[in-house]
Amino acid sequence: MSTTQSSPAASTSPESARPSSTSQALNAALSSATRPPRPGPLSAAITFGWRGMRKIRHVPEQLLDVTITPVLFLLMFTYLFGGAVSGSTGEYLQYILPAILVQSVLFTAVYSGVALNTDMTKGVVDRFRSLPIWRPAPLVGAVLGDTARFAIAATVVVLLGLVMGFDASGGIGGVLLAMVLVVGFAFSLSWTFTTVGLLMRTPSAVMNTGFMVLFPLIFLSNAFVEPSTLPSALEAFVNANPVSHLITATRGLMGGDSSAGDIGLVLGEAAVMTAVFAPLTVRLYRGKG
Amino acid sequence: MTSPLAIEANGLVKTFGDTRAVDGVDLEVARGVVYGVLGPNGAGKTTTIRMLATLLRPDGGSARVLGHDIVSEADDVRGLVSLTGQLASVDDDLTGRENLILLGRLLGFATKQARVRADELLVAFGLQDAAGRLVKNYSGGMRRRLDLAASIVVTPELMFLDEPTTGLDPRSRNQVWDIIRALVGLGTTVLLCTQYLDEADQLADRIAVIDSGKVIAEGTPAQLKASVGQGALHVRLLDPERRDDAARLLAGTLDAEPQLEADPAALSIRIEDAERAAEAVAELSRADLGLAGFSLSQPSLDEVFLALTGHPAEDAETDVEVAA
Ligand SMILES: Nc1ncnc2c1ncn2[C@@H]1O[C@H](COP(=O)(O)OP(=O)(O)OP(=O)(O)O)[C@@H](O)[C@H]1O
Ligand SMILES: [Mg+2]
Repeated sequence: MSTTQSSPAASTSPESARPSSTSQALNAALSSATRPPRPGPLSAAITFGWRGMRKIRHVPEQLLDVTITPVLFLLMFTYLFGGAVSGSTGEYLQYILPAILVQSVLFTAVYSGVALNTDMTKGVVDRFRSLPIWRPAPLVGAVLGDTARFAIAATVVVLLGLVMGFDASGGIGGVLLAMVLVVGFAFSLSWTFTTVGLLMRTPSAVMNTGFMVLFPLIFLSNAFVEPSTLPSALEAFVNANPVSHLITATRGLMGGDSSAGDIGLVLGEAAVMTAVFAPLTVRLYRGKG
Repeated sequence: MTSPLAIEANGLVKTFGDTRAVDGVDLEVARGVVYGVLGPNGAGKTTTIRMLATLLRPDGGSARVLGHDIVSEADDVRGLVSLTGQLASVDDDLTGRENLILLGRLLGFATKQARVRADELLVAFGLQDAAGRLVKNYSGGMRRRLDLAASIVVTPELMFLDEPTTGLDPRSRNQVWDIIRALVGLGTTVLLCTQYLDEADQLADRIAVIDSGKVIAEGTPAQLKASVGQGALHVRLLDPERRDDAARLLAGTLDAEPQLEADPAALSIRIEDAERAAEAVAELSRADLGLAGFSLSQPSLDEVFLALTGHPAEDAETDVEVAA
């Protein structure tokens, strides 16, 4: 029960002495809003990308795992296994740097699903969905924003690799193209994780599922060992694994002996992933609520 | 094409598994008014609002918002309304200013205009000092004000407000009420969900009371309150021993059954009008029973429900459609 007599605060009267400057500002703000024309799909998506970038700006620590983990992997693999696998760490670095590049960026893609899952629990999603904008814009924008993350992870790995003595016979152009290819593939892969992000109940479930899928794909690839040294059933799997194709194409670009066939295969696989999972994500997103 | 009604819902139904969250809701909301939807936890208020704001597809029935069908013309509806959800619909991980710029740009302003508009709103809502702070560090009242500001980056024709003052202190609540009044003053229609009779009474022109997904009463606040009386008179005595005497006296003057409260010196009684309550207090004082204090309280939502569901409810519930 709310008592009317005991507390003076409860006796409200709309015309009670309120600083009129505030209500004037309020009225001015209310009446001055004319509706601009609706933004196009791309413009809306870019605005959501901007949202993602601002969040990185506010909490730069979230980039730590994007940067530290690849560094650890590269150092560990090179100096721990280099001697045993290739006879020398220098030679092994040539072999695994493109693989670590792929691995680091692909693991970062899981984050897209985790972030979307977290976002969906928040009230702001209701506002986005009640706006007259291209419906997939928040998703496309978020994944676009995530490519910034991929680019950062890729840059860290490549710079460290060069410092450690990686010999890029593909030249700067080859290395840059390799990075673009990997980031582009990760963009496509993100859509599988955003799908997972909308299917799972909690962010940690999304993370676990993502890693469970990625670990076998990365380790059962040509990332760390020559497939010809493997038992034949495993070798067949490794050779069919899209991650192997990506690593082969990346090695080609960085090492200066790329083949259009390798690159075309990777682009085709990326296109298929996007064509299947981007619409699936959008459909799940629309149905949520 | 322009319908005189802002909202016209017929037999809206939404089920979640076995729960019929909304079970045949009819609403008619005129343009330019504040329409209150009053109901306890789990009544189906949020679900109703989410269907009307095109966030959820109804499982049955239909509705038009500002003349547009909420399913087949959802995009037109979205262009005319704005939503302030029950969980504040702002982004915690951005600053207040960034939130408003984000919405301005999403609504079609160029970056520069969006910034100007954001600053204008921040001043109008008294948030200029907190503009650069992350929203997760805002107080509840500040979040709500930002939320409302975000809803009027472009003035909507219809605004959905889902429990905008739940959890706010009286001062913040009054600020939110003032904002709502100012909006309505400029011609925006407001659909306001609330658990507080007091709030609906302060703001709404008409009220629908919903319970278990059904509208159980509809009318002006005065009509609604008339069905529950004026509230209650609470009396506290200096000496608990005299409580029975006081109860007898009050029962005689006010013609109702007094309720003894947990406090052994306190009792309360339903009243029909304030005049007679004043007389009863005077009587108590004349009888020299040792009055320690008294107060009047408004009927609570509980009492409204008791009254509404205690009455034969046929008139309110008969024509609820059993939609698929
Ligand atoms: N997404 C959902 N999944 C399952 N059940 C739901 C879902 N949303 C709502 N419900 C159920 O539907 C019923 C109505 O919920 P709703 O949120 O509309 O109530 P409300 O009137 O807004 O309550 P409150 O005052 O607590 O906000 C409740 O029983 C709730 O548990
Ligand atoms: Mg609710």
